[in-house]
Amino acid sequence: MSARKPPEIVRYRTSTRINHWIVAISFVLLALSGLALFHPSLFWLGNLFGGGTWTRILHPFIGVFMAVAFALLAFAVGGANRMERRDWQWLRGWRDVVGNHEQDLPEVGRYNAGQKLLYFLIVLCLLALLLSGIVIWRAYFSLLFPIGLVRLAAVVHAVAATVLICAIVVHVYAAIWVKGSVRAMTRGTVSPGWAWKHHHAWFRDVLRGGGRE
Amino acid sequence: MALQSLDIVRRSATTTPSPQAREAHAGEVAKLIDVTKCIGCKACQVACMEWNDLRDEIGSCTGHYDNPADLSEHSWTLMRFSEHETAAGDLEWLIRKDGCMHCADPGCLKACPAPGAIVQYANGIVDFHEENCIGCGYCVTGCPFNVPRISKRDHKAYKCTLCSDRVAVGLEPACVKTCPTGAIVFGTKDDMKQHAAERIEDLKSRGFEHAGLYDPAGVGGTHVMYVLHHADQPQLYANLPAEPKISAMVGLWKGMSKPLALLAIAATAFAGFLHYIGIGPNEVDEDDEAAARREMEETR
Ligand code: HEM
Ligand code: SF4
Repeated sequence: MSARKPPEIVRYRTSTRINHWIVAISFVLLALSGLALFHPSLFWLGNLFGGGTWTRILHPFIGVFMAVAFALLAFAVGGANRMERRDWQWLRGWRDVVGNHEQDLPEVGRYNAGQKLLYFLIVLCLLALLLSGIVIWRAYFSLLFPIGLVRLAAVVHAVAATVLICAIVVHVYAAIWVKGSVRAMTRGTVSPGWAWKHHHAWFRDVLRGGGRE
Repeated sequence: MALQSLDIVRRSATTTPSPQAREAHAGEVAKLIDVTKCIGCKACQVACMEWNDLRDEIGSCTGHYDNPADLSEHSWTLMRFSEHETAAGDLEWLIRKDGCMHCADPGCLKACPAPGAIVQYANGIVDFHEENCIGCGYCVTGCPFNVPRISKRDHKAYKCTLCSDRVAVGLEPACVKTCPTGAIVFGTKDDMKQHAAERIEDLKSRGFEHAGLYDPAGVGGTHVMYVLHHADQPQLYANLPAEPKISAMVGLWKGMSKPLALLAIAATAFAGFLHYIGIGPNEVDEDDEAAARREMEETR
């Protein structure tokens, strides 16, 4: 309508965006290859990787690669993910969150409480997956550990993978649900209205010249 | 070690029935190892090497009689020597032929994620089909007896086959055939139990009051059984587990939790779908953009 199209707000640098998609693609490959070994009904997924043996070989290497990429990402966004008092209040209003009534909720900074908790959940799961994954990595490491620990690690790996996959389903859905979010990770920018509505405290920071990564 | 198999009662990572038209009408088989008769000559190890065309690397002496020092992809059976001092101060040399126990409830098969890499025949033999093996080592994690070994070269899992190829054509396992003292015998499981009972009676009459059969119920019984002089203390025999069973961890890992986990993932995705259909997306409208513009101008 107007010629005066408002300036876009920068949310993610190019390097963060590239890293995010490296992590995202690695995650999909890990989930698919892991699920192939997780349950017989999904063994066919191994065909995507060249068969069961290739699936077994590739999965842990992709895992270590992802762990490194994710560590960089986690450090980049970690500072903005500390829980604050208003976050707990926000969580108590979860009905308004799922019902799209944000006007009734406390102000949100760069990330909302849901995103922050998800951040910690993902960090925890990946840490558990990395440590347990090394213990069950038969070709190189399993012989270094007592059998009881290998058995425990197998359970931990399966549980952490389940929780992580559920968490990522929520993460992906949130991006579909809250319109205008995907562009933050593809182009790096969001509209002022998006920032104003969903992350008001951050929006104000940005106007004052702050709020950068 | 595949032959044409129409007699498979269990197949790893498989959710539909396997071909099982042929049953073990003559009864399940068992190998009975009478530890009290073993002289530790290792003829069975040699027979196993010959029949299966296995040659392990020449190792070095590790200070005991066990040779090779451990099971490997090339050594599917191994005499383990233990020195035991009795209460009376006598020395007993306990020699146990180690190898796969061919469990009725095999932890290896339960843990295996590769369809058809481990099968259990109607006669009770648990066999690895290496061409289906992906090399993950889950069988090692699942086995209560520390038996399967992953090859360093091809990364496949190997273990004693109970000479499934010989048994399938009516021969006894190579180790049984060669044993010079008759310490290893082979037949139906019922016959072997009966034979063991006679042996145990004999041993008891000679002062081995705790002589007994090792056929552990925790894994549903085994198709390789031992006659032990000290059946009350199986650990004496190079740490033969007293009450082996599939670890609770493995049960948790491989039990109902798997389908439940898949259900949880599907339910999470479905909840998202319902939310989108029921409540719908959270969109930024013109008013929001206008409010944002206003605030930007005020700040400037
Ligand atoms: C972080 C580094 C990781 C390492 C080192 C690792 C390593 C492993 C290893 C060694 C296995 C056994 C199969 C094999 O040898 O390939 C395995 C299985 C598996 N992995 Fe990972 N992994 C990692 C990350 C992940 C992630 C991020 C996921 C999920 C998204 C995942 C999901 C699974 C699943 C579902 C299985 C099958 C578990 C089962 O059989 O119960 N892993 N992983
Ligand atoms: S002893 Fe180990 S390898 Fe042999 S059948 Fe039992 S679980 Fe499988």
